[in-house]
Amino acid sequence: AKMAATARKICAVRVFLTSRRSVCTCNMLYANAKAKKDYARALPGDWQGRVGLEIHAQISSNSKLFSGSQVQFSAPPNTLVSPFDASLPGTLPVLNRQCVEAGVLTALALNCHINRRSLFDRKHYFYADLPAGYQITQQRLPLAVNGHLTFDVYDERTSQRQVLKSCQVRLKQLQLEQDSGKSLHDQENGEVLVDLNRAGVALMEIVTEPDLVDGTEAAAMVKELQLILQALGTCDGNMSEGSMRVDANISVNRRGEEMGTRAEVKNIGSIKFVQKAIEYEMQRQIELLEGAGEVEEETRYYDWKLGKTISLRDKEQRHDYRYMPEPNLPPLILYTYTSAPGGAGNTVVNIDRIREQMPELPAATRHRLVQEYNIPFQHSVALVGEGLVEYFENVVDVKGKGRDPRSAASWVLTDLLEQLHKRSLTFQECPVTASKLGEIVDLVTMGTVSTSTGKKILSLLFDGDNRSLLQIIEDNQWAQIRDEETLGRICAEVLLRHPELVEAYGKGNKKVVNRLMGEVQKVTNKCADPSITSRLLREKLEGQ
Amino acid sequence: MLGLMLKETARLLSEGKVSAAELCAACVARARQVQQLNVFITETYDTAQKQAAESAQRHREGRRLHVLDGIPVTIKDAFSTAGVRTTCASRILRDYIPPYSATMVQRLVDRGAVSLGKTNMDEFAMGCGSVDSLFGPVRNPWRYNFTTTTTTTTNKHTRAIRDSSQDSKGKNMQMRTMHHHHVTSTEDSDWFITGGSSGGSAVAVATGICKAALGSDTGGSVRNPASYCGVVGLKPTYGLLSRHGLIPLVNSLDVPGIFTRCVDDAAIVLGALAGHDPWDSTTVPDAFHPFSLPEDIDVTHLHVGIPKEYHAPHLSEETLHTWREVADMFEDAGAKVSQVSLPHTPYSIVCYSVLCAAEVASNMARYDGLEFGHRGSDESSTEALYAQTRHEGFNDVVRGRILAGNYFLLKRHYDHYFIQAQRIRRLIADDFKTVFDSGVDILLTPTTLSPAWPYSWFVKADNRTRTEQEDVFTQPVNLAGIPAVNVPVALSEAGLPIGLQLIGPSFQERTLLAAAKWVEQQVNFPHLQLPEP
Repeated sequence: AKMAATARKICAVRVFLTSRRSVCTCNMLYANAKAKKDYARALPGDWQGRVGLEIHAQISSNSKLFSGSQVQFSAPPNTLVSPFDASLPGTLPVLNRQCVEAGVLTALALNCHINRRSLFDRKHYFYADLPAGYQITQQRLPLAVNGHLTFDVYDERTSQRQVLKSCQVRLKQLQLEQDSGKSLHDQENGEVLVDLNRAGVALMEIVTEPDLVDGTEAAAMVKELQLILQALGTCDGNMSEGSMRVDANISVNRRGEEMGTRAEVKNIGSIKFVQKAIEYEMQRQIELLEGAGEVEEETRYYDWKLGKTISLRDKEQRHDYRYMPEPNLPPLILYTYTSAPGGAGNTVVNIDRIREQMPELPAATRHRLVQEYNIPFQHSVALVGEGLVEYFENVVDVKGKGRDPRSAASWVLTDLLEQLHKRSLTFQECPVTASKLGEIVDLVTMGTVSTSTGKKILSLLFDGDNRSLLQIIEDNQWAQIRDEETLGRICAEVLLRHPELVEAYGKGNKKVVNRLMGEVQKVTNKCADPSITSRLLREKLEGQ
Repeated sequence: MLGLMLKETARLLSEGKVSAAELCAACVARARQVQQLNVFITETYDTAQKQAAESAQRHREGRRLHVLDGIPVTIKDAFSTAGVRTTCASRILRDYIPPYSATMVQRLVDRGAVSLGKTNMDEFAMGCGSVDSLFGPVRNPWRYNFTTTTTTTTNKHTRAIRDSSQDSKGKNMQMRTMHHHHVTSTEDSDWFITGGSSGGSAVAVATGICKAALGSDTGGSVRNPASYCGVVGLKPTYGLLSRHGLIPLVNSLDVPGIFTRCVDDAAIVLGALAGHDPWDSTTVPDAFHPFSLPEDIDVTHLHVGIPKEYHAPHLSEETLHTWREVADMFEDAGAKVSQVSLPHTPYSIVCYSVLCAAEVASNMARYDGLEFGHRGSDESSTEALYAQTRHEGFNDVVRGRILAGNYFLLKRHYDHYFIQAQRIRRLIADDFKTVFDSGVDILLTPTTLSPAWPYSWFVKADNRTRTEQEDVFTQPVNLAGIPAVNVPVALSEAGLPIGLQLIGPSFQERTLLAAAKWVEQQVNFPHLQLPEP
């Protein structure tokens, strides 16, 4: 069962990367895309959809929410478990301040009202990976409420990344809570294996109002939230490792009617699946209702292989969680500069101090990139979306070299990403530094090598070639021939060998220049400077 | 040596007149002498003797750690002890050995105290008689008819108690509903209960097995057995002593408590244990300043309140008489004594039973047999395993409270029961606050309705009935979170101890204990005398 789970995860990653690649390489125009039937997937008839999301974001912190255990993905099972995490009798929760601060920073970025006083509650249910029999969460009075998030829906099918619409979703609340452990079901031996490494890890649960209308909006919202969390550093947003998980409450109704019964699709593991699960679920509900059936209020999951949502048929799904105040944690009190107790120094959480540490958020970054570098908006969207802003800025301005931002953006977004995708690497695993890529850009700009040679060099670097760039060029004789005398001689020889083409040119077929260019490149091992060659060829042909 | 107070014993140790090893050996001998009382669930004599030898070494080298260095203590089996099994007198934890020590235990160890063992109690501290233990009931040493025949009889008898715990499976679990499961002979029943739930610790101090003992007090579990066994039992202010490692009954009411023979000793132990613990977020952050009590105590400025609601219907004549006498003593000595009212007292029991059941239902949810403790054998499904584990692991008292608590916490009942109980709790706490704000320094009340009951009478009613009867004077204090202490005052006509309770405002342990010491000085309580082992 463990193997299967791993395999499934790897597949999920693959699918995700492939989709990203298509975003970058597909050159379809927006107009064309719009014409395609399945693009907008507008609901048929007068149906409209409603989606509310519950997003569980694992807080990036060194230790768990209420214990000193380390947090680390894929550590050997049950190695990061303190007596509290295993719920040994007599252990008590001790709140991790770092997690509270991460929660406050996130809540501020999401325009929430922060409760100066919040409370912790116990939510009870029996499950093998919930050692205490309850989860400590914030049900009555959460850390923050009443926020909102503005996001754009982009046309993800074209490289243009046009903004289709701007949306805003209201955020009901942001609460701190514990994660559970993991259960691995060994079907063969009829056993459940429990790993408590994740038990007690801090989560932020972010709950939206049902303001989203379809899967595209929901996916765009999750993407923007992911970027915000990554910019804040409060969550790595890695959905394949489960550090961000999405539950969607989905309903449909006819225009003018009340909201329909909602079904909850739990634990959706990627942004693409958020969109697909919601689209499928809405379609399913519409078909049910049009067939005079009823939507059941239930919990479902998305089977990505089948592309369907499937009922969990959990008889106990209508749990009474028997909430109760957590008696071992006093109310969580947050302070401001004016309310902070004197002399308390660093022991209290100060909202004002946290606000001062607010980094630039993705929306601001997109606008800044356009302003500062004069690159197209869709490039700034792509750079922010792919997490390449810092890399891009380094390429542009390594040691004050001030490279052309547009060509830097193009190199980063097209060539670098292509290499990464080809090798299924994440950006974190990128072996080529910004300064190395900058050197390639310089060589191409100066004409030392052609653009296509530049790409070849980049590919070699990805392959682990650690020679210097100049050495690579020399070893391969890749230096571009720009000397007019040499090129002129080569051109003359090519013309001599192809009288039929020269003749065709004379008869008005100007396109033969391209074929002659090809012949020159063949002879020069693709090292002839294309613009000089082209000019020389034309001069000679005209002069015939 | 066994009859001495902690303070005197510490002096002898530091003066080298007696060694910690000798003291420990004497205490172990005493423990063996009174083995029939069933004080211990787990004896740790071997490690105690080792600790005592180390302490003796420190004393010889003049490196005494603390006044507690070398002092024999015992620990209620609700406190986690690293490497020593901690059962809470329950089958579900019968073989559970914690990997860590409770903060209270650690502080005793760090100060050089010598622990003789884990004391017997009601299962999960649910009870007021120390009769509902997997390991059999604890017996009150007062008026106890020690079997003086041959040692073999004693051993056989002791084994009989232990054995009944070993095989209490399935069918026997059902039998535990009634109280007469462990002791069957009628002549055996002719003894008095210790009160509870910390009965083992109370007896250990009363009989001189140790100089101080740890208990836990949720509704009176320290003061009640202290009263029945004739020792001092202190329940400090909630938040003053760490609960980390104390297996909870009701987190919002539980307080580690201290048993000693005299009030001065309680102050010493309090000084060693009190203060902030980073592992327990409900402990107060302020530093605690240990204090000792003066010999000459002036009560002329003291205002003693006598709550009229504590004239309960079943209060025994003798206890009432003792209460009046001590009130008169205060008045005669120049203290201001006045009747006060705590009008919500009658609601305390019902409020407590709701809050207690709710927290019990929650706290007990972790006993699923997966991570630790007893695990059933039915592996047909996770649910079946849980059900069997919990059915076998808990006695009916625990299961009954879990059932009631889950009922109270259901969404549709929550407001009617839990919220309502919390409101009453606030009213009860406000009652005390109003009285103390009006200038009253301490309250004087009985601790229990009467002296200890005979076992045979006590077990005629079930655990819940008895708890409701027994905890009337002690529970409101827990609901208010304030400190209180039982002071042994007199012996009844039948020769059983009668204790009174003093109650003070939050964090006023010094005033409270000073008043308690004054009472102690006036009454000259005749401590239990046992023949040398």
